Amino acid sequence: MDDPGRPRQGRLKVILGYAAGVGKTFKMLEEGQQLKGLGHDVVIGYFEPHGRKDTIAKTQGLESVPRRVIEYRGRSFEEMDTEGILARKPEVCLVDEFPHTNIPGSERQKRWEDVQVLLAAGIDVITTMNVQHLESLNDQIHEITGVHVRETLPDWVLKTASEVVLVDLTPGALLNRLDRGVVYAPDKARQARENFFKEHTLAALREMAMRQTAHEVDLRHFDQVGHRGAEPERASGLEHERILIHVTGAPTSVGLIRRGRRVADYLRADCFAVSVVGCSGIEGLRPELRETLERHLDFARKLHIETRIVDAEDEAEALVEFARSNGITQIFLAKPERKRLFRPQARQHLALRVIRLARDIQVTVVANRGASGA
Amino acid sequence: MFLGYASGVGKSYRMLDEGRRRKMRGQDVVVASVQPDPTPEVLALLQGFETIPSRIMAAGQAIDMDAVRRRRPSVCLIDGLAYRNPPGSANPERWQDVQELLDCGISVITTINLQYIREKQPQVEAIRGKVVTDSVPASFLLRADDIEVVDAPPEYVSRRAAEAPVPDRHALEHALSKLREIALVFAAEVVDSQLDDYLKSHGVTQTYGTHERILVCITPRSNAALMIGRGRGQADRFHGALFVAYVEQAELTAHDRATLQANLDAARKADAHIEILHGEDPVAAILEYATREGITQIFVGHSQRSGFWDRLRANPVERLILESSGIDVRIFPQKEASSVS
Repeated sequence: MDDPGRPRQGRLKVILGYAAGVGKTFKMLEEGQQLKGLGHDVVIGYFEPHGRKDTIAKTQGLESVPRRVIEYRGRSFEEMDTEGILARKPEVCLVDEFPHTNIPGSERQKRWEDVQVLLAAGIDVITTMNVQHLESLNDQIHEITGVHVRETLPDWVLKTASEVVLVDLTPGALLNRLDRGVVYAPDKARQARENFFKEHTLAALREMAMRQTAHEVDLRHFDQVGHRGAEPERASGLEHERILIHVTGAPTSVGLIRRGRRVADYLRADCFAVSVVGCSGIEGLRPELRETLERHLDFARKLHIETRIVDAEDEAEALVEFARSNGITQIFLAKPERKRLFRPQARQHLALRVIRLARDIQVTVVANRGASGA
Repeated sequence: MFLGYASGVGKSYRMLDEGRRRKMRGQDVVVASVQPDPTPEVLALLQGFETIPSRIMAAGQAIDMDAVRRRRPSVCLIDGLAYRNPPGSANPERWQDVQELLDCGISVITTINLQYIREKQPQVEAIRGKVVTDSVPASFLLRADDIEVVDAPPEYVSRRAAEAPVPDRHALEHALSKLREIALVFAAEVVDSQLDDYLKSHGVTQTYGTHERILVCITPRSNAALMIGRGRGQADRFHGALFVAYVEQAELTAHDRATLQANLDAARKADAHIEILHGEDPVAAILEYATREGITQIFVGHSQRSGFWDRLRANPVERLILESSGIDVRIFPQKEASSVS
């Protein structure tokens, strides 16, 4: 090794699609082949063949690092062998299915954490994912597809990629592939047709993948040229925002955190999560409530949101006071529950009280989009 | 149609590759136009196709329409949709040739660069500092059955365009990444309009929230400039759309009318869709409009005045919050002691 210190951080490239079968893995292998053709040392770290002939053919001539076998509950599972790849130390490693959750008993919970280890060792990684696995889109994806996607990737992880490239295919062409048996085996294809693989669902996901890629391009561009880029933003009435997300033990907190994080990302705002727990502190809460609240705060931290716990009796007053003393420009709160509508106590609801108290701070009341748990 | 944000992203390759796969599935595919200076990969793919030679004329060449019609393939590959035919051709522009072939029942697979989409040209020219005269109207693109984006990182494109006389690689990459963003958003908008048509024709009223649509509610008394400015900025960051609505009120004072006019001017300047709503109940009118337009966020001003009646019944802002569904409501405190609606 010529560098005695820490190795250079590897470059991460994410190939983004909107469904199985659009050609992400094929594209990843194609890039691997091109790089190998240019003389780079490329290996396959993990590859999911799904029995697709064209894709399997693309692995020809590429070295694969054998997978690791892990025993779990009497069955064997295969995972990427991160340590094996580190020992092999290639220049470039191809890793399919970035948001994958490893089987219990693996060193790391998530494949993206394995990828971080490879990057830290100076290995470039090319990986694949679908837009619906992005954490901040989870509730919108549920609205569109009716599916709560469980394997999610925090948005900041995607942000660390030096490049995000879209693989596009029309839903019509994708459904043709599905019907020709290119994507899945026949019974799985039939099943897919019945839920995820409807033309309008696919169109909506495709649109989101395009918009996400545009956002990723914009973000990287902004990072390179900064505020004073070549062309000013149109009539940009945007100041630097600091967003506060109010976190409680209520189930709506999860969707609120996702939404606040997403808006903060797009506005390039600072983002805090604050919970008001009463004068006896978090220890004073009922054990179940404390556990849920801690899970929600932990969820916020996983999305790289700074969390604070405030001991105070009056939630609304404490939030507004925290906001004032921390230069917060926008407070994100959950929408009052529907059942309280028009009753006198609705007016005592937190969101409405905060609005009345926050004379100089904007308040965003976030709709409940049927969030799934953290 | 394969859409790319610059030459060199690989559109020709994708078009020919698609043609190759269709041929393998038994379709009758021919090539009717190729781009000059093909890459070795494109050249290799071209070998596998029957090509109908172009018509050579004094001032240039064009697709030999008679020959294509005589040959009558099921699929015709035409590289470079935005090509101006030389004088003396039946159609001044190639996209009109393509329309004719479609009318004859021949499917066409073609390629286009962002810079040739007529409606996008001012934006593209501002970035590239170069004026192109060939163009295709966006309405023609919207008629395509399918548009696919060919995406690639700018460094890849600029490496391929390395011989181009470009003094500053970074400036080029900067421009390319702006173009890339515009192309992706354009494609998303095409998909969105197709999706919208589909949902409407199938009687689906569900809004998909695939992109942000911000509605700023203004009144004759609200401090609308701030809300509209924030709305515009936020809509741009989200590549979303901005709407401004005003619920008509009777008996405005001269001062109120002037403020309202200034607010509507600000909305026009911000390039918002403006809607004047009518209705006895302003909150209901706003929510009905918001639902119809698939709004994801409502911006509204909130006065700090709380009179005796305000304390007893929900004020308009509170009603907006309580009665809306699936929409975020962002409340802007209003400095002056004025009411909201």
